[in-house]
Amino acid sequence: MSPSASLRPCLQVQGVTKRFGGLQALTNVTFDLPEGQILGLIGPNGAGKTTLFNVISGVYSPERGRVIFRGQDITGWKPYHVARLGLARTHQIVRALNGLTVLQNVMTGACFGRESRPLSQARDIADEVLTFVRLAERRDELAASLNVAQKKRLELARALAARPYLVLLDEVLAGLNPTEIAEMVEVVRQIRDQGVTILIIEHVMHALMNVSERVIVLDYGEQIAEGTPEEVANNPKVIGAYLGDPRLAEELLSGK
Amino acid sequence: MNAWRQPGLWLTFLIVLAGGLGALLTRNDTLRETMFTTLMFVALASSLNILLGYTGYVSFGHIVFFGLGGYTGFYLLSQRGWPVYMAALAGGLLSALLAGLLGLAIFRLRGAYFALATIGINEAARAFVNNFPPFGGPTGLFVNFAVYKQYGGAAQALWITFTLLWASTLAVLLLSFLIKHSRFGLGLMAIREDEDAAMVMGVKAPAAKTMAFVLSAFFPGVIGTLFFFKNGNVEPGDAFRLHMSIETLVMVMLGGQGTVLGPVVGAVTYERLRSYLLTSSFFKNLHLAFSGLALLLIVLFVPAGVVGWLRTHFARLRGVLE
Repeated sequence: MSPSASLRPCLQVQGVTKRFGGLQALTNVTFDLPEGQILGLIGPNGAGKTTLFNVISGVYSPERGRVIFRGQDITGWKPYHVARLGLARTHQIVRALNGLTVLQNVMTGACFGRESRPLSQARDIADEVLTFVRLAERRDELAASLNVAQKKRLELARALAARPYLVLLDEVLAGLNPTEIAEMVEVVRQIRDQGVTILIIEHVMHALMNVSERVIVLDYGEQIAEGTPEEVANNPKVIGAYLGDPRLAEELLSGK
Repeated sequence: MNAWRQPGLWLTFLIVLAGGLGALLTRNDTLRETMFTTLMFVALASSLNILLGYTGYVSFGHIVFFGLGGYTGFYLLSQRGWPVYMAALAGGLLSALLAGLLGLAIFRLRGAYFALATIGINEAARAFVNNFPPFGGPTGLFVNFAVYKQYGGAAQALWITFTLLWASTLAVLLLSFLIKHSRFGLGLMAIREDEDAAMVMGVKAPAAKTMAFVLSAFFPGVIGTLFFFKNGNVEPGDAFRLHMSIETLVMVMLGGQGTVLGPVVGAVTYERLRSYLLTSSFFKNLHLAFSGLALLLIVLFVPAGVVGWLRTHFARLRGVLE
């Protein structure tokens, strides 16, 4: 990859503002995400992290501001148009297609994602991705029969089967035990190594600090900090709004 | 995996092939009439299944396409002298067109609101036909005997109509099977499971739902034309019975929504029960009460229907029952 290509932002969010009635969910959120990076998004509950994901993936359209994906203005596009450009996501509360098999779930991603594969090829891609997230042995079972950790991996597999340029991961570590977290973190790194850009929301701080190149902090819909994990963890505003304890910041970083 | 090798497909086809052949080979009028009703229900239930079973949208308006398509086809063959197969095709196309237009409007609604809108459409269609002079208004239309000449007499016309219905039923089943095993069908089932998640994965839900609606509406238009031609007349009360929509729903739910075989099993079972209830002296006025009760019990205890229940409880049958 040439240096100029690697510097081109995969995603640009410019002055995005979203309101729900009287609630100001997002205020003037602005950042660039260069290709091939992992950007962490943190903040207290209700800070607007998932809303921002919904705006980027086309579920909501913002009142103001623009979302630019690989040079194309996608503000206000329908989710399925955004998906077909190569943007995939997982959901905070898992949304497995419960009545379909694990394989069918992942095939849906491959069939309707960026590459819009025919069924037969989608099946091969799905098998490959299921092996990658280690769900291959459950492929013919109904998605409803999976536990939460497996459903999270299923959502991830579905997103990856679309062969996206960018994935938005919404709390893929929540509810997992320490071993599962370590495994998932490894999976996230491997995805990045395959050249996929990642925007990740996470409350499991040590994991997030470990895996992200940069971190953005949202509080009440406003961007209160942005920088490397070290900069963010030592930022007094972030400690006040979210981390709560100065010593915690040190612990988080020392875990690295 | 080759979908054509699925025994379930051939099982389904054999049931319908055998039923039609039985009547055609014996040339028995009573058997033909029974089979006509059965095949009609099979085709109506299977076409409804394309919307209800695959896409998950409950429509109480399926019979509108039967009524309006049937009216159109009947008008063309009785007043304009079209041959019955052309008229049936035109009836189907009109229903499909109507579904396309309606779909653009009502697929903004989901769940109960969608279902309510489809009830409204049934009433609106009935009121329209009641006041539409070319369709004969409240008295409807009937076939002039001269029309039968081109078929070699009325008796022969009935057999031709039956054969056309039989072929249409097989076509519905083939379509249903092909959709289920296509990329398009996978998109529909994703919508059924979680429409928002499906859209985020790239499924163009509005277009896919409208397409499913169009495909599911085409065959009722064809079948309506054949049914009214067989009867020799059509009137608004016969064409737009809300309870027929509900009975069709019961058949799909009873057999198993979202499967190819389910609506066939449901339609045949329901038709047998219905004819028993209608002819027994005790139950004859209660057959609709029975279908309501059946629907209630199915929704409460076997929401997946007979075929769905078998598939869940006997994993081995999954390869056989499609």
